[in-house]
Amino acid sequence: MKFFTNKLKISAWLLFVTTGIFVLGTGIVYAGDPNGSQTYSDSIAGLKFSVNFIWTLLGAFLVFIMQAGFAFLGGFLRQKNMLSYMAHCFIDSTFGAMVFYFFGFGLMFGGSKLAPGLEDGNAWIGSDGFMLLGNSYDVQTIMFWLFQMVFATKTVSIIAGAVAERLKFGAYLIYSFLMCGLIYPIYGHWVWGGGWLSTIPFGAGVKDFAGCACVHTIGGVMAFVGAWALGPRKGKYNPDGSPNAIPGHNIAYMVIGTLILAFGWFGFNAGSTLAATDLRISVIAANTFIAAAAGATVMLFLTWGMTGYIDVPYLCNGALAGLVAITAPCAYVAPWASVVIGVIAALIMRGSIWLVEVKMKVDDPLGAVAVHAANGMWGMLAVGFFADGTYGGVSGLITGSGWQLLAQFIGTVVALAWAFAWGCGVFYIIRYHMGVRVSDLVEFEGIDIHVHGSPCYPVEEGLVSISGEVVEEQKEMDREQLTILEKAISNDATREKIYSEKLGRWVYALVKPSKKK
Amino acid sequence: MRDNIRTFDKGIILKMRTFIFFLMLIAGTGFFLFNQVFAGDPSGANTYSESIQGLKFSVNFAWTLLSAFLVFNMQAGFTFLGAGFVQKKNTLNYLSMSFIDFCIGALVFWLIGFGLMFGGSRLAPGLSLGNRFIGYSGFLLLGDSYDVSTAALWMFQIMFAATSCTIVTGAVAERFKFHAHIIYSIFLCAVLYPVFGHWMWGKGWLELLPFGAGARDFAGAGLVHGIGGLTAFIAAWMVGPRYGKYNPDGSSNVIHGHNLLYIVIGTLTLIFGWFGFNAGSTLAVTELRVSIIAVNTFLAAAAGAVTLLYLSFRITKKSDIIMTCNGALAGCVAITASGAYVPPWAAIIIGIIASLITRISLYSIETKLKIDDPVGAISVHGANGLWGLLSVGIFSDGTYGGVKGLIMGSGWQLLAQFISCITLVAWCFSAGFLFFFVLKRTFGLRVPVNIERSGIDIYEHGTSCYPGM
Amino acid sequence: MKKIEAIIRPEKFNIVRDALTELGYPGMTVTEVKGHGSQKGISEVWRGRRYRVDLLSKIKVEITVQDADVEKIVNTIINEAQTGSIGDGKIFVFNVENVYRIRTKESGDTAV
Repeated sequence: MKFFTNKLKISAWLLFVTTGIFVLGTGIVYAGDPNGSQTYSDSIAGLKFSVNFIWTLLGAFLVFIMQAGFAFLGGFLRQKNMLSYMAHCFIDSTFGAMVFYFFGFGLMFGGSKLAPGLEDGNAWIGSDGFMLLGNSYDVQTIMFWLFQMVFATKTVSIIAGAVAERLKFGAYLIYSFLMCGLIYPIYGHWVWGGGWLSTIPFGAGVKDFAGCACVHTIGGVMAFVGAWALGPRKGKYNPDGSPNAIPGHNIAYMVIGTLILAFGWFGFNAGSTLAATDLRISVIAANTFIAAAAGATVMLFLTWGMTGYIDVPYLCNGALAGLVAITAPCAYVAPWASVVIGVIAALIMRGSIWLVEVKMKVDDPLGAVAVHAANGMWGMLAVGFFADGTYGGVSGLITGSGWQLLAQFIGTVVALAWAFAWGCGVFYIIRYHMGVRVSDLVEFEGIDIHVHGSPCYPVEEGLVSISGEVVEEQKEMDREQLTILEKAISNDATREKIYSEKLGRWVYALVKPSKKK
Repeated sequence: MRDNIRTFDKGIILKMRTFIFFLMLIAGTGFFLFNQVFAGDPSGANTYSESIQGLKFSVNFAWTLLSAFLVFNMQAGFTFLGAGFVQKKNTLNYLSMSFIDFCIGALVFWLIGFGLMFGGSRLAPGLSLGNRFIGYSGFLLLGDSYDVSTAALWMFQIMFAATSCTIVTGAVAERFKFHAHIIYSIFLCAVLYPVFGHWMWGKGWLELLPFGAGARDFAGAGLVHGIGGLTAFIAAWMVGPRYGKYNPDGSSNVIHGHNLLYIVIGTLTLIFGWFGFNAGSTLAVTELRVSIIAVNTFLAAAAGAVTLLYLSFRITKKSDIIMTCNGALAGCVAITASGAYVPPWAAIIIGIIASLITRISLYSIETKLKIDDPVGAISVHGANGLWGLLSVGIFSDGTYGGVKGLIMGSGWQLLAQFISCITLVAWCFSAGFLFFFVLKRTFGLRVPVNIERSGIDIYEHGTSCYPGM
Repeated sequence: MKKIEAIIRPEKFNIVRDALTELGYPGMTVTEVKGHGSQKGISEVWRGRRYRVDLLSKIKVEITVQDADVEKIVNTIINEAQTGSIGDGKIFVFNVENVYRIRTKESGDTAV
């Protein structure tokens, strides 16, 4: 950990120095329009700018509140790790935003010419608009930056759910740095920044309206690789490979988190037009809502029919699955198609939860892989099936053209391969160098106390705690005892489990007293 | 053993499967019949133009949609609020009810409700067929109504229908059967709400009454909250009080909610959404009255909260945060109908009276009528919905929409409002009573009493809301 | 009859229970308790300030058994709950005067 802290210090200094150089070198030259006086005028064109600014910025604010929704989903984890999960979500939207400001935005949108100051770039990578300096210090570019920044931070948060309860904090920092700085921006450049996927000569090119591939597939596949590389939580799988349920601590949070996410999703999808003058926004919003409702309704009846219970976490996941799947096609399809997309999304989610948990034996506490990766891919393909040609010239199979489906398929496969390759590389390098998992003791007692210093739900004041400084020898003794304890708990974790016929479940084998003495 | 208890659900599950197939069938049929007929303007290219007219469309779209999103956030508010009011053992049940009714409601409103409510209103393209009593065009947003303007209206209206549905959930919490809840969600969004909505907003007979400016309900105090609250009254009455609420001599016991934090956050989230609810109901930000509507909403909420805070302090010597929250919501509900028509000083009076009405009706419903309402939905939404309708007839100052109330010396508007109140009560009570009566006889409304005592969460949902705590 | 009252680490509870169920015992009562012995608490952080939590979470397991079984159960608990670090807990054994089973009104040894 020491080693890592030093590295952080160095990188913080490096950031400051770079910022300084850029500010001195190029930042003083204002070629953009930093106060908006040239962009705005008292005319139709000026007013058009101002309504579009309102729409995009409010959309970005709505997307930002999705971070609160993600944090609330932590109710599905155990109490002892709630703070750690929330810290991950919080770090995404702060640390991730910094990284996107320094590197990501320039790599993603350089060369796209979507706003002033984004000129240089090729089909593979952008190289303009870093740190919003020079020409890109412009009201339009910065509005665009805000909207894209919240998207980038969302992508990182998706992974937090799959690797929760066992990932080291340092590993998460490195990972969110790479995600916001390289992985997401480069793929994003290919689809949204005028890169090679968007100009592919099939159909209208790869169309990903609000980020099924860019945000959800990339995030979800990285989540899959992360959860796979980490291994399951202790006690998740029995020796014969059958999974156990690990219940969370507060399902109310999960429901509320889902509602807040859906609230933010309206900004995510409808805001992605970046323009209120594009009146399709109303159809987009309606499609988003219908798909979420269809997904949740299907899961309601499915779980009810299969288990006899109305399984609330599945309802929430069903709604989220519908929302993820409609993210790419929301602008291109009619409302009836969004019902179909939502229904299929919920079924895909149910199927891939089973696949990931039972068949692949990858432990994904929040279902991020099933909700985001599987449905991200389905959403991309759904554009190729259901686009009805009324918007953006995108015509899918139902209008009799298969080319768009081919383009969508290529985009999906590239997203999958890109995220998978990066995921394997990143996680295996981190694992080799510093380890990705917390120690067994920390996993048993909860990451909150050990890494963040305080439980998420601290106990009554008079009962347990007194303030006071800790003396030096006490610390020494604590450390010594902790080492012994850590070793003992690690031994437990590797202990043999046997199947008890009497109890019908797996139990720890007895320790022979003779062995111990 | 639990499986044995649950076998009676088999029939309903089959029904629901049929419902899903039906849904898919309709979607499919819609596709084959109407997909190729694009008489509407689904891309917005014909509606928008680079002119003042086009810009007007785009700001109004942005305003309406953002307001719709805010109203959606009220679902999170209701969820928080109700979860705080119920007991720990039933939290999950309440949460899932309040979560699922907007999902089901959305699909049903898309299938049937919207067409019944706005057909014939001509508020947007594709809504041309209908008479004064019922509408019949715009189903499934197909054909002519696959249009950006219609979709914007739909988006805003579905949020209202879902809100109305969620209100009922609070009054019947902790004892209602889940499938009964689903069936009434379908009924409310398909029939109860749209038909009255058509009379009020879809160029129906109430809106065209020859008294004053016709019955006016700006953002739905009577329509959304009145329907929700009065249906809640019928439902709570039919389902009976919770186990242990009333003693044999008729005196009532207090059943505590389990988390006051949720109640306060829920109230704040609701008020946040209410700005979209009221100010967004202009459906146009080019109508600059929106600022006054927002101010009125805020003032009424504040006045209601302060009144009940003061009252609770005078009566019990404790500052009762739950009453304060209810007071704020009561003010919001009452100003919903009159927000656009009254001056700010009147908003304060409306809020104060609303909170007093809430206090009195909470008391009388619990102790006199002996109807058990865990969340207080009947008092907050039902009673104040009616008061909100009447307040339009009293305080309207004639500066907006030509609506003049008693303070301008004209009683005709009050008469129109009064007629709409009577109609609302008659419609909700008759249709609601019939529906719940049939439901009670066929499926039953209540969970078995042993389940009610041990908590519905484990029985219906397989887990408690706070597993392992 | 004897009552065994064991105070153990929460993270060891699952292992202890598994071992005891395999061994066979009449029933147990489990309570979450707080306390301290020679382990003097751990330090936590609240908004940058360190503070000391001197009462720690433990789990109290109460089992009432026949006299003959006491040693077997106590040994199992000791073997399973031991880590060697301070704060492993303690086991107390009490005499029990009588036991009644409410359902059948049995008392004495048969009621255990």
